[in-house]
Amino acid sequence: MALLEVRDLSVSFHTPDGVVEAVRGLSYDVERGKTLAIVGESGSGKSVSTQTITGLTRGAQISGSALFNGNELLGASASTLQKVRGAQIGMIFQDPLSSLHPYYTVGWQIVEMIRAHRKETSKKAARARAAELLGLVGIPRASQRIDDFPHQFSGGMRQRVMIAMAMALDPALLIADEPTTALDVTVQAQVLEVMRTLQQEFDTAIILITHDLGVVAEMSDDVVVMYAGTVMEKAPRRTLFYLSHNPYTKGLLASLPARGGRRGRLTPILGTPPSLIDPSERCPFAPRCPSAFDRCWHERPRLDPVSHDAEHTSACWLPHDVAGGLDDPVPARGGSPVDVNPAPETQEESA
Amino acid sequence: MSTPLVSVENVTKSFPVQSGGLWSRSTDSVHAVDGVSLEIESGQTMGLVGETGCGKSTLARCIARLYDLTSGRVVFDGRDITTLNRREMREVRRDVQMIFQDPYGSLNPRRRVGSIIGDPFTIQGLGSGKEIKVKVQELMERVGLNPEHYNRFPAEFSGGQRQRIGVARALALRPKFIICDEPVSALDVSIQAQIINLLIDLQDDFGLTYLFITHDLSVVRHVSDRIAVMYLGQVVEVADAEDLFETTRHPYTRSLLSALPDPDPDIADSQRRIVLVGDLPTPTNPPSGCRFHTRCPKARHDCVVTIPTLEPVLGDGPAHCTACFHPLAVGEDLTLSTPAIEDSEILTAQPALTSASSAAESGPKSAATRGGESQ
Repeated sequence: MALLEVRDLSVSFHTPDGVVEAVRGLSYDVERGKTLAIVGESGSGKSVSTQTITGLTRGAQISGSALFNGNELLGASASTLQKVRGAQIGMIFQDPLSSLHPYYTVGWQIVEMIRAHRKETSKKAARARAAELLGLVGIPRASQRIDDFPHQFSGGMRQRVMIAMAMALDPALLIADEPTTALDVTVQAQVLEVMRTLQQEFDTAIILITHDLGVVAEMSDDVVVMYAGTVMEKAPRRTLFYLSHNPYTKGLLASLPARGGRRGRLTPILGTPPSLIDPSERCPFAPRCPSAFDRCWHERPRLDPVSHDAEHTSACWLPHDVAGGLDDPVPARGGSPVDVNPAPETQEESA
Repeated sequence: MSTPLVSVENVTKSFPVQSGGLWSRSTDSVHAVDGVSLEIESGQTMGLVGETGCGKSTLARCIARLYDLTSGRVVFDGRDITTLNRREMREVRRDVQMIFQDPYGSLNPRRRVGSIIGDPFTIQGLGSGKEIKVKVQELMERVGLNPEHYNRFPAEFSGGQRQRIGVARALALRPKFIICDEPVSALDVSIQAQIINLLIDLQDDFGLTYLFITHDLSVVRHVSDRIAVMYLGQVVEVADAEDLFETTRHPYTRSLLSALPDPDPDIADSQRRIVLVGDLPTPTNPPSGCRFHTRCPKARHDCVVTIPTLEPVLGDGPAHCTACFHPLAVGEDLTLSTPAIEDSEILTAQPALTSASSAAESGPKSAATRGGESQ
């Protein structure tokens, strides 16, 4: 059994403009000690999905199920969730400054966090643990800097403090929501390194939410690609980068400036992301898809296995028997070992 | 080489910061840009990269004269624009325009798109209302906006479309030179590519010269002819784009390049990363000698005491300049190097105090907002 099993999660919000369907029927598993990357552009629902699992989306209509260690999290009482958050599921967010309290020293905040969950811990022991954690995430002179306030740390150091706090109680799962987006590349490299080391040491599972495909290629074991609240494609890392099936995934990969390639036009995905207030039952990517045909405009595709590989699924009406190639005008970057196999657009998948 | 369109000569810009206690009167200064010289050829793109706080945006604003220089001069099209007064500068602004990072903050939310794009014509007193409207609609069409949306407000556009509005405004007076300050950083990947394509097309059509500022190395490699790398207010390496990536000389440039995650699992797995130790030192009290010596794997004693000059090293041509005493040979593995300096020699290695650096950042930001509207 996986550590976290999310099944058919849907989240919607009522707004004056209509019902915003932020997440529609999302399913994934997170295995112990592995990293699942959730990639998507702004508004794809990648953050809302994990916030819902940890009970942080108030006022939302939620359906589906999220089993963590066999316990249902959706609809769990506030006090149950309070016990799970922090102790069993650690969280780090994009902006470390607004996640830390400016009036308290970082040591105080970590001690508070430890003692809130483990009341039997003495203040002294908790403080020693906090110093140890700060050292573990690579903060120099940790035993002195424990009494510093958040504003006395640089951005990268603050994110390390957040990681130390998230890992304080040795959680089984760490949710990292764009942890390095606000950081410079050299600092990003340091923070990713810390996350990787801690994962190996404590066998923590990580959900890494990001829009940066470079970070995904480096950190993930499995990848979920989201668009307009739904999963477009789900695959192990290499399969996703080298043998992607879904036109949206391919579009994302193709729109990156290639390493070594200079000038020449890029291949963007045309158009703009769709409104989430859209009751229609078409494929959400159809208006921007270079391979869209009739069926895409009338029926929402299911997430079906690609070339009979249960680990690789794609929500697309294009034939599922071949991964990678197909009649796509945009070949996957990195070169696929599978021959491009033109298939007539009207051919429907008998799934 | 022909005469460059833009020539930046030994430009320094410092901002006053309060030091000491709240009531203390003593003020220090942050040298955001410290003695930078660059030349940008007509029709080319100069990429400017560096980490947060390295002074790249400040340099851009100095070149556009949104800031007055502390010292040095900027020569545009053969004319020294450093000492021009407001009226003379207005003429130059026809030729020098700017595109900003934040497509939300750089457009007035209470004005219609047509009048925002038409502003440059109005300010320069070019054409009647009707003529301006025709010109604006042409511009909107050129940058990929629907001209019928002339009367809409910025809030009705997506991030990518707003950036197109910013591009149209910059393009209005057919400038020779456009400074693009992180023009795609706030956009999603798929939209980023659209804007980069637009900028490349416009350059080809109108023979524009760009200064392209970004922290995204893959983007800068894609668009630039030449690239300058900044660290703590100084240029540490400048070279033709491919040259900079292929024969990287400065240890900082190499670290920056190696930190970039590659969207290809095979390369990502094989990449040997140089993880820099420590944080960026504070620019109020920069390290002695080479400013990178506190974090450099190749630091030696001379780096601490002497300031390296920007010049060709190890037989490089005149186009490739590096400010380093111990530049990397081709194929040298920086991960094998260890610094050979005493800890006591690193005099100013304490981490940057945020109070100082945030003061340095807030200055440019508030001025930028004013600059954005007054163009």
